[in-house]
Amino acid sequence: MTTATPAVAPVLSARGLVKTFGRVVGLDGVDLDLYPGEVLAIIGDNGAGKSTLIKCLTGALIPDAGEISVDGRPVHFRRPQDAREVGIETVYQTLAVAAALDVASNLFLGRERRRAGILGSVFRMIDKKGMRREAAQALEELGIGTLQNVTQPVETLSGGQRQAVSVARAAAFGSKIIVLDEPTAALGVRESNQVLKMIEEVRSRGLPVILISHNMPHVFKVADRIHIQRLGRCAGVVTPASHTMSEAVAIMTGAVTLAEPNGNP
Amino acid sequence: MSTTATGPASTASEQFALRRRSPVQRIQHLLHAHPSISPFLVLVLSFVVFSIINPRFASPNSLSLVLQQVAVIGALAVGQTLIILTAGIDLSVGAVTILSMMVAAKLAQGLGLPGVIAVAIGIGLGAAAGLVNGGLVARLKLPPFIVTLGTLSVFTAIGLLYSKGQSVQSVDMPALLNWTGETFAIGQFHITTGVVMVAALYAIVGFVLANTAWGRHVYAVGDDKEASRLAGIRVDRVLVSVYATAGAIYGLTAWILIGRAGTASPNAIVDANLESITAVVIGGTSLFGGRGTLLGSLLGALIVGFFRSGLALAGVDDQYRVLAVGLLVIIAVSIDQWIRKVRA
Ligand SMILES: Nc1ncnc2c1ncn2[C@@H]1O[C@H](COP(=O)(O)OP(=O)(O)OP(=O)(O)O)[C@@H](O)[C@H]1O
Ligand SMILES: [Mg+2]
Repeated sequence: MTTATPAVAPVLSARGLVKTFGRVVGLDGVDLDLYPGEVLAIIGDNGAGKSTLIKCLTGALIPDAGEISVDGRPVHFRRPQDAREVGIETVYQTLAVAAALDVASNLFLGRERRRAGILGSVFRMIDKKGMRREAAQALEELGIGTLQNVTQPVETLSGGQRQAVSVARAAAFGSKIIVLDEPTAALGVRESNQVLKMIEEVRSRGLPVILISHNMPHVFKVADRIHIQRLGRCAGVVTPASHTMSEAVAIMTGAVTLAEPNGNP
Repeated sequence: MSTTATGPASTASEQFALRRRSPVQRIQHLLHAHPSISPFLVLVLSFVVFSIINPRFASPNSLSLVLQQVAVIGALAVGQTLIILTAGIDLSVGAVTILSMMVAAKLAQGLGLPGVIAVAIGIGLGAAAGLVNGGLVARLKLPPFIVTLGTLSVFTAIGLLYSKGQSVQSVDMPALLNWTGETFAIGQFHITTGVVMVAALYAIVGFVLANTAWGRHVYAVGDDKEASRLAGIRVDRVLVSVYATAGAIYGLTAWILIGRAGTASPNAIVDANLESITAVVIGGTSLFGGRGTLLGSLLGALIVGFFRSGLALAGVDDQYRVLAVGLLVIIAVSIDQWIRKVRA
């Protein structure tokens, strides 16, 4: 049973995405569907085009060709905040944090909250206290205990803590889709489990999640469907029920090819 | 269980956060959190030392003179700080100031424009020059050093051509243009309106940097442009607005300069570029962007003023001031490199 296509309309849908960097082909005609309330994992070797794919979906890159639609309506994201505005939150592989700013400032970077009344409307003062409070709350919800001090500059955090800040930002603001590019790469066992729990919690709220990961046990634990990316193309979409880990890895490395790569008979 | 008994820490990263710090590391962290501490200490120390060498240094007269001397470079340093915070640099500071000044003065003299309009045109012209710099940096993605090296020549040439290399004397200008040089007494101090304007400029821009989203974005963009873009900041807009704001500040400074010099001369403030950058760097702002405070630049400008006055009153050749300031710059950049190494 390679068919893994639910019978509802996709929240996010991409057709024929192409992205080239000079002579390097990052994406070579990729289709992707994300259905309501599912966790879609994207796996693939280094350089398979996973990050390029989600960057095209979230406005960080503009695809050379192909269409993207959200809720059936075509969209043309020109920059990351276009995607943010429709509720797509992304943790990029590079984390996108400003190192010299503190944790709270980073959580609210690009959408700072203003103070109430004339201080906010006329003097444009940002609500530092409120943002700190909410930042602390968001981190607590994620269960990142070591990050008590939200006034700490991000550059004084360890790699895993920085990743936690990015994940908390996405979890706190995502209202339609959450996209995570290797969110547990630098995390310890406990923190990784927290992120996996967060992903399941987000799904239970009905929000779909795109998760890029090299960690097969994680992928098979949380994913509903698995998009296998290989050499800039989609080599197939499988489910944890239809394929084993080693079968998925075989497809990923090209040892095995799927008859119907997109899972549609 | 972990092998060290450091309490409830359960993961490696938690233990790492709880580790002990050596005194040197503590200083490093303190300076990292408050980069204007070192210029503040230098300022206090130089004040004490110069007062001991020659007690006249601390007299209201001498300090008032320092403030008046520092006003112009201090004002330019505000714009320069904004640009350096975005990891840029502005070599056209002096050229833009002179251009604004000559156009404002000539228009007031030749066309008999009212002072207010001449001042407004000067500020507007500065902002326009900043827009040119910012546009080239943000849209064409050219390095700020190259852009402003080019516009340094372009604006200087335009200023000289427009003014035909001639100065405009204060008697030929409306009184408002000289208003910035008017002195009044606060106790035994003689303060000029220009000095008050510079103080207000620091207060306003300092407030904006610390308390608005735009201020945050200036730091974020200077820190990491790509990360800022991915976080949803319009990096090009921030850059253009920073250069334009800095330009407007240079236009305002032109007005302060007329009051200070009593004339509008196209050959004024030849050292403005280097002196404004010096003030910013001594003030602890990182040339790599994203780090520093406006207060630091004020301290930096005052330090240079203290050295000039203090060494003169000590009867030392002015070249020793040049030498000392040069050493301070190198020390400040070294400290910046050191505190940037703070990592968890
Ligand atoms: N900005 C860029 N400029 C040039 N080439 C790029 C750029 N971004 C990606 N590429 C190329 O596109 C291909 C796909 O890269 P991508 O980052 O999407 O891989 P990935 O699947 O995310 O890999 P990894 O698992 O290592 O993160 C690679 O060959 C890469 O070199
Ligand atoms: Mg990647």
